[in-house]
Amino acid sequence: MLLEIKNLTASVEGKPILKGVDFSLDAGQTHAIMGPNGSGKSTLANILMGNPEYEVTGGSLLWNGTDLLGLEPHERALAGLFLSYQYPVEIPGLTVGKFLKRAAETRLEGEENLNVGSYLKEIRENMEFLEMDRNFINRYLNTGFSGGEKKRMEILQMLMFKPRLAILDETDSGLDIDALRVVSRGVNRLKGPGFSSIIITHYQRILDYVKPDRVHVLYDGRIVESGGPELVNELEKKGYEWIKKQVRGEVSHEQSVHSA
Amino acid sequence: MSSPSTVLNKEEYQHGYHFPDQSIFKTRRGLDEEIIRAISGQKKEPEWMLDFRLKAYEAFRQKSMPNWGADLSRIDFDNIYYYAKPTEEQKRTWEDVPEDIKETFDRIGIPEAEKKFLAGVGAQYDSEVVYHNLKEELEKQGVVFCSPEEAVQNHPDLVRKYFGTVIPYRDNKFAALNSAVWSGGSFVYVPPGIRVDIPLQAYFRINSENFGQFERTLIIADEGSFVHYVEGCTAPVYTTDSLHSAVVEIIALEGARVRYSTIQNWSGDVYNLVTKRAFAYKNATVEWVDGNLGSKRTMKYPSVFLKEEGAHGEILSIAFAGQGQEQDTGGKVFHLADNTSSVITSKSISKDGGVSSYRGMIKVHPGRKNIRSRVVCDALLLDEKSVSNTYPYMEIASEDVTMEHEASVSKISDDQLFYLQSRGFTEEEAAAMIVNGFLDPLVKELPMEYAVELNRLIELQMEGSVG
Ligand SMILES: Nc1ncnc2c1ncn2[C@@H]1O[C@H](COP(=O)(O)OP(=O)(O)OP(=O)(O)O)[C@@H](O)[C@H]1O
Ligand SMILES: [Mg+2]
Repeated sequence: MLLEIKNLTASVEGKPILKGVDFSLDAGQTHAIMGPNGSGKSTLANILMGNPEYEVTGGSLLWNGTDLLGLEPHERALAGLFLSYQYPVEIPGLTVGKFLKRAAETRLEGEENLNVGSYLKEIRENMEFLEMDRNFINRYLNTGFSGGEKKRMEILQMLMFKPRLAILDETDSGLDIDALRVVSRGVNRLKGPGFSSIIITHYQRILDYVKPDRVHVLYDGRIVESGGPELVNELEKKGYEWIKKQVRGEVSHEQSVHSA
Repeated sequence: MSSPSTVLNKEEYQHGYHFPDQSIFKTRRGLDEEIIRAISGQKKEPEWMLDFRLKAYEAFRQKSMPNWGADLSRIDFDNIYYYAKPTEEQKRTWEDVPEDIKETFDRIGIPEAEKKFLAGVGAQYDSEVVYHNLKEELEKQGVVFCSPEEAVQNHPDLVRKYFGTVIPYRDNKFAALNSAVWSGGSFVYVPPGIRVDIPLQAYFRINSENFGQFERTLIIADEGSFVHYVEGCTAPVYTTDSLHSAVVEIIALEGARVRYSTIQNWSGDVYNLVTKRAFAYKNATVEWVDGNLGSKRTMKYPSVFLKEEGAHGEILSIAFAGQGQEQDTGGKVFHLADNTSSVITSKSISKDGGVSSYRGMIKVHPGRKNIRSRVVCDALLLDEKSVSNTYPYMEIASEDVTMEHEASVSKISDDQLFYLQSRGFTEEEAAAMIVNGFLDPLVKELPMEYAVELNRLIELQMEGSVG
């Protein structure tokens, strides 16, 4: 098992958000996580990446059998985790080119030196693949990028870093049809036994391009439903009301949740 | 008057530093007329320069310490060496530079490319220029680039005409001190219409404990000429206080453009009190790029006097205040003529309780027309205990003025830190990248080697700082 999450509970500023998440994923698999706004999807993604704003209050996170909670965020990145953010952060003054070069250097082993020429070539090639303008390499990271451009920049990073697990947090949101196709192509390009992904989304569209092996519904801090790709259609048809009703039948909970 | 030999003594001593001090002559601690005569005598100066020094010394004694800005109360003028001469004579080639000085350059981390570049520069070691080699093409162009001592000997007319005219010796206590005991620095004269394509660079450093460094730079850009002068500084770490008090004067005649860039990285015990001022005549442009890292206290406000129509002044100031440090920096522009414009951009970073203060002055003389000025101050705080101050003084005695002032203080954001950490960077690396990014728009104004050096220095400053 590449990733194994057991009974994970977490809170933000003292407020419980995740209330017992169980989830596991094998190497090479693609899983989708859906669920209404505020259900905790981004929280889960941030916790996997080690964001200190989120406090893990219980449960376990295993990465290849080792405890992920003992690793710093950068160690997780170097161990092969990658998060494509729902809202990528702007870093004024740091050019994309410099950022990618430094990121590649941190991934070198021992005495190895970065071959800048071939790395630059790889960046260019990937940018072409993602239909990005070459000039982005000289721009400040995410600074003043449009929503769609930021998402492409996340996917460019993913292609460059070649993670073992990529978590795509609503990378498809706010993308036009062409951009969606391009982004999906990026994910599919890495697909293989050494690459897994978790696709967090509200829409069926991206899952038509990137076929998930499993689909999960996160609702009020728990995974309440898991199934094959057919679950996406069911959600699309019935909406989250269906899930809510189901959950209400089993568990009672105090607060109301806004549905998507 | 006693002979210089009673004042100058040959000293050999061991400090915590790795290399022996090879100074041949060194005045005793403290300052009096005798020492000034000894310095002047050592340099075989003409009478007029000795007179200048003595008058300046008198002004120094009369002037009081500044009662504003950084705390200077711990400076002990009696405990400072005011002059040391490092090696017998100036060296002509890099090969001739003594091995331990080369090693020192290596320790400072001057890139190889820059060492080669030194073929065209004067580099200062202790208070004397030990290495000076004027590039042939500069000579062909008639450009003078030498130590001020050489200029006094070889270009007395230029020196007498301009020396101390931009910054009179009685300007302030530290300018007076420098005028009395100055040693080393650079003298640049660019003839009319000549563009100097490569930046002229001087690298200098303090290498003696308690040894004040009082270099003196005078740049004269004749009509329609252009020159970029670059100065960098690094000093080793000592436990006691030392004083650096330089004077830089620039004269940009009609249509000339002068750019002066400095990156200074003093060790944490240095008082860095520098007076920098430029006169810009008709349609001339003067640009100061001034980066201040390290030191215990820095007080430095490069100024431009826009003396004639169409003159333009630009000041870019970068300050980094770490633990126990106070960077009191900024810029001043005096609009003395119609149709003059200025821009001051200040970027400061404070961490570990460091204090960065922007202190600026824009002055428009009565009735001057069509004046434009823009001041932008951005401060970045790396933690809660660090401080940023802004003192933007303005004296505007004219209606016909377009004045813009923007100031911002930001804290390094957790979101930015985490974003970069999640891409594989340690917290320190992430913070250094954000700080370098904050400075990037200014760093781009520097020549490549210095931009790289500044980035590296920022990374050093950031080591062990976050957590
Ligand atoms: N930094 C934070 N401070 C305070 N509350 C937070 C923070 N981050 C998340 N929350 C809260 O935690 C809950 C879950 O948020 P989360 O972003 O994980 O939801 P989501 O499932 O990703 O929703 P969406 O579909 O809208 O992206 C929300 O109620 C949100 O307001
Ligand atoms: Mg979300």
